[in-house]
Amino acid sequence: MTISGSTATELLARLESGESSSVEVTRTFLNAIDRQDETIGAFLFVNSDAALEQARAVDEKRAAGKSVGSLGGLPVAVKDVLCMRDTPTTCGSKILDGFRPPYDSTVVERLRAADAVIIGKTNMDEFAMGSSTENSAYKVTRNPWNTDHTPGGSSGGSAACVAAGMAPLSIGTDTGGSIRQPAAFCGVVGMKPTYGRVSRYGLIAYASSLDQAGPLANDVTGAAALLQAIAGHDARDSTSVNRPVPDYLCGLDQPLEGLKIGIAKEHFVAGLDPEVESTIREALGVYKSLGAEVIDVTLPHSKYAVATYYLIAASEASSNLARYDGVHYGHRAESFTNMVDMYCTTRSEGFGEEVKRRIMLGVFALSEGYSDQYYVKALQVRRLIRQDFDRAFADVDVILAPVAPTPAFKIGELVNDPLAMYLTDIYTISGNLAGIPCLSIPAGFSDAKLPIGMQLYGPAFSEDRLLRAARMFERVAGLSTLSSRLS
Amino acid sequence: MAIELTRDKVREVARLARLKLTDEEVETFTSQLGHVLEYVDILSEVNTDGVEPMAHAVEQFNVLRDDAVRESLPREAALANAPKTDGRYFQVPQILESS
Repeated sequence: MTISGSTATELLARLESGESSSVEVTRTFLNAIDRQDETIGAFLFVNSDAALEQARAVDEKRAAGKSVGSLGGLPVAVKDVLCMRDTPTTCGSKILDGFRPPYDSTVVERLRAADAVIIGKTNMDEFAMGSSTENSAYKVTRNPWNTDHTPGGSSGGSAACVAAGMAPLSIGTDTGGSIRQPAAFCGVVGMKPTYGRVSRYGLIAYASSLDQAGPLANDVTGAAALLQAIAGHDARDSTSVNRPVPDYLCGLDQPLEGLKIGIAKEHFVAGLDPEVESTIREALGVYKSLGAEVIDVTLPHSKYAVATYYLIAASEASSNLARYDGVHYGHRAESFTNMVDMYCTTRSEGFGEEVKRRIMLGVFALSEGYSDQYYVKALQVRRLIRQDFDRAFADVDVILAPVAPTPAFKIGELVNDPLAMYLTDIYTISGNLAGIPCLSIPAGFSDAKLPIGMQLYGPAFSEDRLLRAARMFERVAGLSTLSSRLS
Repeated sequence: MAIELTRDKVREVARLARLKLTDEEVETFTSQLGHVLEYVDILSEVNTDGVEPMAHAVEQFNVLRDDAVRESLPREAALANAPKTDGRYFQVPQILESS
């Protein structure tokens, strides 16, 4: 097993035993980035010098017998939506070109506290608006399994870098499937935690009631370890939940006894690729062979999720993105006639097309005479979607579902048809609207050798259960080493 | 409840959003946003009478902290990313006419 094909757990064991140093591990991943990232395009910024410096510091701590954090010396890539002190943070947008935050986001602060080595900032759809990473203002990221295909989005860089062995772990954010769908497209594990589980302080806002950061990894144990490091209450985010964080690693390998898995007929409808459907059915067979009981549940409002999501997310975005006015940070237009014209010119130059489209949709949905019909209506349907899940979880422990209707689509295939792109989020966005945790794990391959993921939904704060359920599958279905077969 | 999105409405929304659109963008957005609005009209078939709007997944209210004096961002750090500053303030174009 090579370093860059190893799981986070294997690497940690090497680091702890002294078989490898953090400098050596970090160098190996930096070299992998050098070799591959020109083709893949996963990184917007490679933090080479600072990463090696951090690695050296961890090695010294370890050598001196001092206590080392839980990710002691492991490289982690971070989506460029998270602020990192004095380090370029663009959110994939030209409007933040050159921005160097004066502070660390809580996620970055916790990674540092866990002695992780932050290896770089990953590419993303501008302001996390997109499902393919094609909306980045800087570059297109390619799927390591087939470079004609997208890695998914918006955390496409975070998923692609783990899949290609350029980082063992990465942080993504998920507002409407943006961790889970790229994880599925790239054949890695990705989790959106319960809303409020991970602090949003320093996470550049897209849709504040939906945004949540979470882990991506090449196996379930890595995802659990990374979630452990970033989860927990933070007084600087008033929506962060003050509730103890369980030990996600303890008991992870113990299969869940008498697991009740829900299957919703609403998830198996027209538009679902037959290869994806058969992969999900096979996974269900794996669980049955492990003693799980499969129970039919119903999520009758599922088909309204995409419409509900785009109205709410766009409305929140139109308000959040009002801050980009060319005054405090970021781009300012060079020529303008007055103050208002400065705002308009700055924003028109700085924002890409999809961002403008969503701001427009949001401003419209909130505008006088339309807000009851669109925004408030969407908030009401949101509650009905949440109630569907509450009812289902009275009968089952988890719900197994597809992540996306198809395997990774081609670059350019959907980018000119926004509505068709939005509809690819159909299986993921209910989880954001309901605020519940959901996890994507590789479950198989298409005939074209593209990864297919499956999704597990759980009730609020059931991350430990989801991780154990995923690990049960991973242990027998053996896809945890998918990414190591790449190079 | 479907509404027809006109070019004028798109221009008006752009003005409210502080965006300058080219004529070509107005055309594209009128058609694309029109399709999206047509699609989201699917929500009109849901009966939401008496359903309380759900603004947040974790409904917490009145999250308070102690009113304690704490350090804030130093001025230099706060101004470091400013497109235009005199070292003390953020600078913007003149807003009021000089008398």
